Amino acid sequence: MDLKKLTMVEAADLLNDGKISSLELCQAYLDRIAAVEPAVSALLSLDQESVLAQAKESDARRAAGKTFGRFDGVPVTIKDNIAVKGQPCTCASRILEKFVSPYDATVISKLRQNGMVLMGRANMDEFAMGSSCENSAYKKTCNPWNLECVPGGSSGGSAAAVAAGETVIALGSDTGGSIRQPASFCGIVGLKPTYGRVSRFGLVAFASSLDQIGPMSKDVLDSAAMLDLITGQDVRDTTSLPAEVPQGGFAAQLKGLQGDLKGVRIGIPKEYFEVEGVAPGVAKVTQEAMDVLKSLGAEFVDISLPHTKYSMACYYIIAPAEASANLARFDGIRYGYRSENADDLISTYLTSRGEGFGPEVTRRIMLGTYVLSSGYYDAYYVRAQKVRTLIRRDFTDAFEKCDVIFTPVAPATAFKFGEKSDPMQMYLSDVFTTALNLAGNCGISVPAGIDPDTNMPSGIQLIAPSLAEDRLFKTARSFEMARGIKEFTAPL
Amino acid sequence: MAAASKTIDVAHIAALARLQLSPEAAEKLAKEMESIVGYVEMLSELDVSAIEPTAHAVPRSNVIRDDAAGESFPRENMLANAPATVDQELIRVPQVLADEGMA
Repeated sequence: MDLKKLTMVEAADLLNDGKISSLELCQAYLDRIAAVEPAVSALLSLDQESVLAQAKESDARRAAGKTFGRFDGVPVTIKDNIAVKGQPCTCASRILEKFVSPYDATVISKLRQNGMVLMGRANMDEFAMGSSCENSAYKKTCNPWNLECVPGGSSGGSAAAVAAGETVIALGSDTGGSIRQPASFCGIVGLKPTYGRVSRFGLVAFASSLDQIGPMSKDVLDSAAMLDLITGQDVRDTTSLPAEVPQGGFAAQLKGLQGDLKGVRIGIPKEYFEVEGVAPGVAKVTQEAMDVLKSLGAEFVDISLPHTKYSMACYYIIAPAEASANLARFDGIRYGYRSENADDLISTYLTSRGEGFGPEVTRRIMLGTYVLSSGYYDAYYVRAQKVRTLIRRDFTDAFEKCDVIFTPVAPATAFKFGEKSDPMQMYLSDVFTTALNLAGNCGISVPAGIDPDTNMPSGIQLIAPSLAEDRLFKTARSFEMARGIKEFTAPL
Repeated sequence: MAAASKTIDVAHIAALARLQLSPEAAEKLAKEMESIVGYVEMLSELDVSAIEPTAHAVPRSNVIRDDAAGESFPRENMLANAPATVDQELIRVPQVLADEGMA
């Protein structure tokens, strides 16, 4: 049995059948981490003693017939911007180098209530700003498929940890593609739930109207099972929604699925297929995925999202604007880094922030401050909010003609370190993923094939209307069962 | 957008954002920001005069919880992350007002 390939559902079955203990399972992953982490560098911190203690507690619960549920004892890795009480939460930034979370995020409380073992803090782009993990202040994470390539970002550490078999499943966060793009780069599944589906309490805010926590997993079933655990309205996040979950949960709905997509209308947005610079290998994988979906009986419908070309511009006004306001809290006073090169209050702010933030975070704060500043507010920020309305309308109109929308995830597979040194070039790698954050829809990235030119995995993206995750899971799971490559395993 | 052709006053924006920048960083940022702002100018092509702005993907009205007292986080836990404290009871801050001694 190859433990490193276990999904969350498979691991749970082994635990509940008494074929393995949580301690054995977690020790196997710690061994795997010891073996491959020097090459991959997916984790910013790992408390082995805490992992083993949590595993022993889980085993004791199961032995006493008092488990916290089906997934009691399964390890999960957490992106370093989600608070776990007593653990570091650096957001891969120097400004939070010594910070220790005083409380659990709501998603973490839910994982604990289900007995899951919290195992390691995953690397990321500083404050989730980036598409390659190269903006981490601490380390560069390598793609398990090719160590010379980036894992994507910003949830690159979570993606690499799952793809390298260092963990069973991980949580990431997605503001403009930060779950879906690294999932595609690393050959795993990544879900951006509907805005409000999952509580953001305890997630360090980047762009509050766009951020959402979601699962990064080895298959679609696991993403559904994880969403079942972390979803729900939360009094501590007023933007969380009182949303219905299907009877028995999302994962239960996938049981007995035959891969029949008759009656499912899949929209093909022409603007996404007119984007210039899509790699031929990605186009090939995308076309083959469409053929698979067709063979399952899905009906393809041509649709239009006419404001697609404005979504990046809209995103790069709104996200930095919100970030500049959110990151004002890092002032060197109450927590985080305080510079010693200051003698009064204002110079403490200036130097603590100037020394504590890396270049990309500085760039976004500057951009956000600029578009919100007197004289520019209406010209940039308000105009972007109006364009956001148009982008939302595009999706509302499109979903009258189709049930899900199909697109590539990224224009190319994982790129090499240093290849995108110009910020604008890096931003444009998010061209297919940002619009649905602006619109508040849900989306999933599923591995589809290997780009023959780069030998790297490439995913497809499925988008559904707000709160219609069940459509994503059904379509993605059917696709996953029918696609040419059954298992995406990084050669590591 | 009337603001389109203006160069960006990086020093002014950095002061607003409370960021100390080295002269080299400021110069580099000026170029990068001009390139990004040049890109986002494309939004000016659209006539949005009759469009309402969207602040949030999910329109929501006020969310009000019951007015019930709950437990707060213990003070020592919150102060544990402070860069400097006075006897682990107060956050120590640099002098705020000039020419006034601290009691």
